[in-house]
Amino acid sequence: MSSIGTGYDLSVTTFSPDGRVFQIEYAAKAVDNSGTVIGIKCKDGIVMGVEKLISSKMMLAGSNRRIHAVHRHSGMAVAGLAADGRQIVARAKSEATSYERVYGEPIPVKELADRVASYVHLCTLYWWLRPFGSGIILGGYDRDGPQLYMIEPSGVSYRYFGATIGKGRQAAKTEIEKLKLSEMTCREGIIEVAKIIYGVHDEAKDKAFELEMSWICDESNRQHQKVPDALLEEAKTAAKTALEEMDAD
Amino acid sequence: MDLDLGAPHSLGTTIIGVTYDGGVVLGADSRTSTGMYVANRASDKITQLTDNVYICRSGSAADSQVISDYVRYFLHQHTIQLGQPSTVKVAANLVRLLSYQNKNMLQMGIIVGGWDKYEGGQIYSVPLGGTILKQPFTIGGSGSSYLYGFFDQAWKEGMSKDEAEKLVVKAVSLAIARDGASGGVVRTVIINADGVTRNFYSGDSLPLWHEELEPHNSLLDILSSGSPEPMST
Repeated sequence: MSSIGTGYDLSVTTFSPDGRVFQIEYAAKAVDNSGTVIGIKCKDGIVMGVEKLISSKMMLAGSNRRIHAVHRHSGMAVAGLAADGRQIVARAKSEATSYERVYGEPIPVKELADRVASYVHLCTLYWWLRPFGSGIILGGYDRDGPQLYMIEPSGVSYRYFGATIGKGRQAAKTEIEKLKLSEMTCREGIIEVAKIIYGVHDEAKDKAFELEMSWICDESNRQHQKVPDALLEEAKTAAKTALEEMDAD
Repeated sequence: MDLDLGAPHSLGTTIIGVTYDGGVVLGADSRTSTGMYVANRASDKITQLTDNVYICRSGSAADSQVISDYVRYFLHQHTIQLGQPSTVKVAANLVRLLSYQNKNMLQMGIIVGGWDKYEGGQIYSVPLGGTILKQPFTIGGSGSSYLYGFFDQAWKEGMSKDEAEKLVVKAVSLAIARDGASGGVVRTVIINADGVTRNFYSGDSLPLWHEELEPHNSLLDILSSGSPEPMST
């Protein structure tokens, strides 16, 4: 456990003597404790996958969605506090539609990422607001091609080939780094993402989970959509087989 | 006939925007009238919004100038925000937004033309009321009434840059011949991947049409140049 900022961590508008804002770091911890979320940029699009931890057997499958469509051409996968994430998605949707209403074209993904990051950062500037306890992976496909961004609770946003948040992010990152993303299509990417999520899922600590995936690629007509059921099942089967092979060693 | 010098400046006008294979050509006459009086016989109705987008203005001179100033300002901010040049579509949409939202107060017809790396050369027409329409070519202003038939016959897809410019100059000069509110010189602006070229065709270099008279030297020139020709009885 990293150092506790005694006294300097009471407000998001207080710096510690060594130049850290502890409240933002604590917000990041909320994200770290959530189910793994990964996104990859393949040569023809983006694939995003979420390890949705199921807290109760009574929950209906497919509810509590973690991946949201922001606009026709972009989607967001949320990690951390779900309610906070919902607010960020709502804001992103509003930014996307207002941009299109004024400028007459779909919002470039870079611009959307900038606006969402500014909004998240805004909540780290005032003492009467708390930082968002959610990390976002934003995937979009605009006229400059497919792009993947990650936005952290601090309001920082970077563009990635592969991004991971949540519990299994370190392991997932190592796995993604082994992949040759620039040569992979989204169809192949779906299988890989499923394998990684199944692979980093901790059977001991967390019981059940549901795999949620979405893509935006040439095949989906550059629209953000849930991965079609048939492909999803294919991916899950492949992932389970890969797990068994690993266990068998 | 009374010269109404108090009347608002109006761009009687003939304006044209034409796409060709690789870019666009914008053309306009140069007459600004205040009622019957020609306030400016060499005005520049083709205004720059960004490096790659220009507009042709018609209607109220004041309205079109103010709107183009606003749109230039918004586009500049947009370019900084995006980190790359704005597209022609965005420029046209901003003109449209201001035009539509203020339709009760504005009286202007705009042709937006330019080139961007995504869609190449494009022409958008934003007439009175604030409609926006993307077209391969478009004409506007009072002089355009005389050009509809001409373009139906003369325009074709995939012209070269020179063909397109010749067409535009010919069309403006035809309109100038028939429309009292258009006149002066013909200005053209060509926009393509290589950049922007401005051309100027002076009034006396334009062809005369049908029954137009040859220009006479003024009597002062004739008198001062030596013995004038005797009048015949």
